[in-house]
Amino acid sequence: MKLWKTLTMSAAALAVMTPAAMAEWQPRKPVEFIIMAGTGGGADQIARLLQGLIEKHDLSPRPFIPINKPGGSGAEALRYLQDKAGDDHTVMMTLNSFYTTPIIQEDLGVDVTQFTPIGLMAMDTFLLWVNSDRDDITDLDSYVSTVKEAGLDWKVGGTGSGQEDSVLTAMMEAAFDYEVTYIPFPGGGTVAKNLVGNQIDSTVNNPAEQMEFWRAGNTKPLVQFTAERMPAFPDVPTAKELDVDIEYYMQRSVNGPPGMSPEAVEWYTNLFQTLFDSEEWQEFCKSDGLTCETMMKGEELAEFHATQKDAHVALIEQVGADAITGE
Amino acid sequence: METILVSLGSGLLQAFEPLNLFMIFAGCLAGLFVGCMPGLGSVNGVAILLPVTFLVPPTAAIIFLAALYYGAMYGGAISSITLGIPGASTAVATVFDGRPMAQAGKADQALMAAAIASFIGGTVSIILFTLFAPPLAAFALKFGPQEEFALMLLAFATFVGLGGDDIPKTIFSILLGLVLAAVGFDIISGQPRMIFFDMVEFQRGIGFLVLAIGVYGVGEMLWTLESTAGKVQMHSVKITVSRMKQNLLQVKEYINSTWVGSVLGFFVGTLPAAGATPASLMSYGLSKTFSKDPDSFGKGNVSGVAAPEAANNAASTGSMLPMITLGIPGSPTTAILLGGMIIWGLRPGPLLFTESPDFVWGLIGSMYVANFATVILNIALIPVFIRVLAMPFTLLTPIIFTLCVLGVFATTDRMFDTWIMLIIGVAAYLLRKLNYPVAPAVLAIVLGPLAERSMRQSLISSQGDPMTFLERPISLVCILIAVALVSYPMVAKFLKRNKAVEAAE
Repeated sequence: MKLWKTLTMSAAALAVMTPAAMAEWQPRKPVEFIIMAGTGGGADQIARLLQGLIEKHDLSPRPFIPINKPGGSGAEALRYLQDKAGDDHTVMMTLNSFYTTPIIQEDLGVDVTQFTPIGLMAMDTFLLWVNSDRDDITDLDSYVSTVKEAGLDWKVGGTGSGQEDSVLTAMMEAAFDYEVTYIPFPGGGTVAKNLVGNQIDSTVNNPAEQMEFWRAGNTKPLVQFTAERMPAFPDVPTAKELDVDIEYYMQRSVNGPPGMSPEAVEWYTNLFQTLFDSEEWQEFCKSDGLTCETMMKGEELAEFHATQKDAHVALIEQVGADAITGE
Repeated sequence: METILVSLGSGLLQAFEPLNLFMIFAGCLAGLFVGCMPGLGSVNGVAILLPVTFLVPPTAAIIFLAALYYGAMYGGAISSITLGIPGASTAVATVFDGRPMAQAGKADQALMAAAIASFIGGTVSIILFTLFAPPLAAFALKFGPQEEFALMLLAFATFVGLGGDDIPKTIFSILLGLVLAAVGFDIISGQPRMIFFDMVEFQRGIGFLVLAIGVYGVGEMLWTLESTAGKVQMHSVKITVSRMKQNLLQVKEYINSTWVGSVLGFFVGTLPAAGATPASLMSYGLSKTFSKDPDSFGKGNVSGVAAPEAANNAASTGSMLPMITLGIPGSPTTAILLGGMIIWGLRPGPLLFTESPDFVWGLIGSMYVANFATVILNIALIPVFIRVLAMPFTLLTPIIFTLCVLGVFATTDRMFDTWIMLIIGVAAYLLRKLNYPVAPAVLAIVLGPLAERSMRQSLISSQGDPMTFLERPISLVCILIAVALVSYPMVAKFLKRNKAVEAAE
């Protein structure tokens, strides 16, 4: 009888204890904040802003250390996260190469649906940019005719075969029936710099990567690949307005390695929700043309990843993996 | 010109505000500490201390972080010289001559040379920055992949001078480094390559610091143990005022290397993606190639300490330039600074100079002051650093070994890399016994990936035509200099031999 009492008591105690213990999980050592792209690009800027906000508002007892792993269009970062299975102190800022890279590099051995979804911070957009020196190019039509004339001498800069910009470049090649030379650089910032320096002829950068150069009058956007014109670019037509059926977005979500403990997932989800709701983040979204209405998380985000992955498989099949890898 | 002076004046006034002045000294001290701990570099220091800066205004914050950055550049030299372990990747070249000098009982001279050279490098660089920031930013934009590759070729050319007289062995060592650098993912296609024994751990590649600590920490320790049978007692030196004065006057011996290192370092630093490590290695190579006595390099030539130290400090200032004018960080540390600036509500880019002049000029002003602060702190602390060498070698060896293991594990967080470091250490010791120079291998692993990427980008854009490297003026000039550098030591040697033959006849 006494034993029974002790057992029920301890069971009751456990029942009370567990949620409390769950809520109390927090990082015990610095958190590696992996960025699957190079410095100065959109993902990098976002990750560094978030890291700074975590520090500024003292949201984590241990620091977040941003680490860039741009190798192999994000393959290096994906493999790294896969190898960290079960680790509660690593999270990754992802972009669309999260889907495309494992499709194109089959022997990578990474299935992103195994990763732990934490939160979708924003949907980012793409614009087509050329250097402002190009007086001959004023709109999409003059762009297409110039590119057709130049043929393979036309150099499009991007962040790597299989990255979202190479997918978009392949989509444009298919839509306009031309072929260009695609040159990979280690990050969106480097791509932007090479466009300003006239080392390449055009790019499909995200707004954040070109914003400052555009404001300084170094580069100009020709067309945006969104459903509607963004408030930040009211004078730039969308591809759809010009009867070109290309609409493409970039997801910017935070994910953990496979098999993260539920306590940790809960903590990180709460953390990124706080960041998402912060004034600074919403301000950044507005100025850089990102869509940030609600933060997708948990099951919903897992489903989103699964659909996006299938959509990219179809897309890559349609334009052909060869068009993307340039082989 | 006049506007520059007025802006600079207001910047200097800002730097002398009590809070900012305090930030400069605090930053330099913190930097010295993180810099001299193997495994902790300026990147970690800036990342860890970023939160502290949210308590003060943005200008004070960037001043603190920038001071930390310089401090770390110098701190790396301290462990390179006294322990023979590069405290940071930027200080690897400092080990080449700094360590032999310490073993010969001249650690104080080496530390003094490092301090003075760092000071000159930093100052020259900040003056160039002040006067020519906008035109230099425009020049950096002219650097496409072809120019980057030509510059890397130039760096490789200086290596040939690095290996002593045995050119085939030097080339072997370079190739070994290039092979190790190729491990991991192909940078263009993203396919895994050179994965030894199909071990997935190799997919992440072999880190540069892993190699450097293996070669200079463990390899050097084994070598010293063997050559002295553990009986060595490091020569400790008594620091006296007259000796310090004498060390200060020694500056004449290395002043030329210092100037060259300063200008080169600044320039390489301003190129996005290069940074302080390649700059310091190139500066060492150049200094050796043009030295009157190249054979003494690697055996304790004071110019071999001054050249890389001038260059790495100059480069750290230089790498601020693309960050401020283009919003593109020139080094991993400035990438974190960039993140900080975004939080403070500043948008680095071509408009920063006109939109936030107080911030930019406050930063520039503080760089002048920070240079003075670092040199004063460093010279004052030399007697403290020197005490490390007073320890008996039997005690120092286990400490060095522990620091090596700790340093690697702290940087990469993987036991696998620690084992690689130990294997490389033993391999380096064996190579050294066979008279192979190891420095070129270390340099190749730093520059290899940079050179490969730019070469392949150039060839893609020219559709496979290698003439693209010779068609562009900057690239052509770099390649011609590289060819001259490679042939110079050979020609010099040939002429020397001819003279000797004539004399014998």
